[in-house]
Amino acid sequence: MASKGKSSFDIYMIGVGGQGIGLLAEAMARAADHAGLVVKGCDTHGLAQRGGIVTSHLRLGAAAHSPLVSPLGADLVVALERNEALRAARTYLQDGGVLVWYDATLQPLEVRLGEAPAVTREEVEDECRSAGASCHVVSRDDLEDPREQNVAVMERIAALGLMPGVGSEHFKAALGDLMEGKSLAQSLALFGEAP
Amino acid sequence: MKELGATLLRKDAFSEIVIGNTAVVRAMIEGGTRVVTSYPGSPTPEIASAIKSMPAAERPFYFEFSTNEKVALEVAFGAALNGHSSVVFFKSVGLNVAADSFVQLSMMDITGGMVVLLGDDPGANSSQNEQDNRHFARLACLPLLEPADAQEAYLMMKEAIALAREKRSAVILRMTTHVCHAKEKVSFGPWRPEALDRRPRFDSEGWNYIPLAASVLPLKRFALKRLEQVRERFEASPFNRIIDNGNAKRGVIAAGTARLSLLDALEGSAEPPDILELGTVIPLPRSLVMRFLSSHEEVKILEELDPILEAEIKSLAYDALLRTRIIGKVDPEELIGEYVPEKLRAILAATWPDLVAPPPSPRQAGRKVPDRPPQLCPGCGHRTAFQAVRAALEGSDITVADIGCHTLGYLPPYRMGRVLLSMGHSTSTAAGLSIYNDERRVLCFMGDSTFFHAGIPGVVNALFNSHNVTYVMMENGTTAMTGHQDHPGVGRNFNGEAPRIPVRSVLEGLGITNIREIDTYQVGKLTQAVKDAVAETGFKVVIAKHPCMLKFTREARRKPGWYARHVRIDTGTCTLAHDCVERFGCPSFQIIEGRAVVVSNDLCIGDGSCRQICPSGAIVNAERA
Ligand SMILES: Cc1ncc(C[n+]2csc(CCOP(=O)(O)OP(=O)(O)O)c2C)c(N)n1
Repeated sequence: MASKGKSSFDIYMIGVGGQGIGLLAEAMARAADHAGLVVKGCDTHGLAQRGGIVTSHLRLGAAAHSPLVSPLGADLVVALERNEALRAARTYLQDGGVLVWYDATLQPLEVRLGEAPAVTREEVEDECRSAGASCHVVSRDDLEDPREQNVAVMERIAALGLMPGVGSEHFKAALGDLMEGKSLAQSLALFGEAP
Repeated sequence: MKELGATLLRKDAFSEIVIGNTAVVRAMIEGGTRVVTSYPGSPTPEIASAIKSMPAAERPFYFEFSTNEKVALEVAFGAALNGHSSVVFFKSVGLNVAADSFVQLSMMDITGGMVVLLGDDPGANSSQNEQDNRHFARLACLPLLEPADAQEAYLMMKEAIALAREKRSAVILRMTTHVCHAKEKVSFGPWRPEALDRRPRFDSEGWNYIPLAASVLPLKRFALKRLEQVRERFEASPFNRIIDNGNAKRGVIAAGTARLSLLDALEGSAEPPDILELGTVIPLPRSLVMRFLSSHEEVKILEELDPILEAEIKSLAYDALLRTRIIGKVDPEELIGEYVPEKLRAILAATWPDLVAPPPSPRQAGRKVPDRPPQLCPGCGHRTAFQAVRAALEGSDITVADIGCHTLGYLPPYRMGRVLLSMGHSTSTAAGLSIYNDERRVLCFMGDSTFFHAGIPGVVNALFNSHNVTYVMMENGTTAMTGHQDHPGVGRNFNGEAPRIPVRSVLEGLGITNIREIDTYQVGKLTQAVKDAVAETGFKVVIAKHPCMLKFTREARRKPGWYARHVRIDTGTCTLAHDCVERFGCPSFQIIEGRAVVVSNDLCIGDGSCRQICPSGAIVNAERA
């Protein structure tokens, strides 16, 4: 029988098209690389237009083979939206894992049509509790642009040390690989760096 | 990455985190590829994005987006006849379009060699089916390599280019969605640029390039012989590996991404089976496979989709009177979907219950999380066009979809375009639906890129045979669904300015007189135009025209003086009719406190197309922030 324990560290990211999951995923992978970890990952876009679900998988450590995280196998789930936080916590978060999510809401069609009630923050927290997982919500009122929410989440991941071995210096280096000029400066400011 | 282009063009060896689609571009550069062609389709468009990241003047090869996959394949073929190593790439179903020329390639002496790079899509992540194109390689007598990750995609692409050149043949590199998009740190070799040989080397004396009647059989004989030579090379290929776990009882033969899922599933397993990993799938390295079979009592074959390896391996064993128990696909579900880690684990647990545990069952939980189906972007003109067409038609009328962003019109709340086969099918399927049909009017949709791709023959047929069809051309000036590639109606190609071939001129040139062209966002006028058109007999066209709003807004954002525009709900006027939410269905409209409508500024782009559909005129332009 295969043992249940796995030696890779698996991260599942989710958001809605247009929220910047692409940058988040790329920066997370590069941050881990800067920290000297072996990375494998994969963005899955499907038919995601603006407004569809966008997910990304990231696996750290030499024991990872497939770039895809298994359902209920994520050590860390990162979500940029409330409905998606609940969806991913339920389908990908492993027992005892960690959810970090930005509390933005983009209503799915069923909610807009009044066919389903809106998801509440408590539902997300309850979901984590029943999985024995810890739940970190991010919500900031100092963001100039909602497209900085992804960076705000990374800042929290770094500050809380949610990716073993990856610190804020690694995230900052990753952002420097990917951005320049004003947007880089704005992002680094979220990491407490003076402009 | 900020400077992808400069990275790809480095002369020294280096390593970088890239996706498979980017890795193959570096292989083309190192491998001396000179001509690359394509037609966009997931999962391959990022190959073109990587090519675009290199400044045009420094690109070591010519690239074009051709009008369709068949044309792209033929351009790459022609270039290779002149001695230029070429590559054509497109998505899985693109091979159906290219097939008529593709199936002749094995009979040709292709001077420079050519690689056909396929983006297959097991799991139908972004395709209308999950067809297994290994069948096509068999049919066409061409070799096929199958990488499992980005590093291998790079290495196999180099091998495919070299093999194609050496054998003066076409070679297939079959990637799949999660190889194209898989990212990891890939080690690249150095690039030693060679001077371009501009001599047109096509030699019709040295080879018979006309496969016709009597000449076909000798050419086929040649093709089969060449394939046998490749088999010998594959017998010793480093892309096939045995992982020896010292297990004389159990073995697994695996190919593609199933190999990776297998290794994940076996982590921590006490008695893992031996594994034969196959990278060169067609022609099968038979001796290698036979050696592996005969040294195990039981062998499970793990391949995504169709039992192609299974059939061939079983027939090998049969001929050799081998007693090994070969376990192929048992459950029909093994023919369906990707072999993602959890699926593979389930298959393995069913095969050898003592080896691995099945994947965990879903967590019991509260209520269902609301679905989030794909939808049209905020401000998309297709939405307004659906609004108009719905108003112009009766409920029983028939609407035929085509491929593009507007396919999403079949979803609620629009429910427009209710049958789909392939790119460009709509006018002809509609024509068939109109035969013996005096009751229900037939209307079809088709976008402008699709019109040039495979749409024109259906249009000509509808005219030629006088079919009663109304064709709504969704002209948004781009190939939107696959990432805004230019098409012949735009006036620009991949490399710069190009002659513009307006859709309307083509239609007029065919002799169509009843063409009505309306700005997509004029709902009232568009509704009237569709009403008038469906009332006429014969083939008639309504052009709903407006640049794709997503592209338009992205471009506007880069211009000086741009500021974010939004609409807002004037709560004093709003009667809570909810047409904006329920009938128009723009995701920007959100509901709070059960009834009130608010506009999400994160989504709204301020195009104002929604203002016409509010019965009480409560949607107004927001003041500039
Ligand atoms: C044979 C084939 N090639 C490529 C594709 C990929 N594909 C899906 S949608 C699309 C774009 C269609 O563009 P257009 O007709 O202009 O419609 P738009 O998306 O712009 O609304 C393409 C190329 C496909 N599905 N089938």
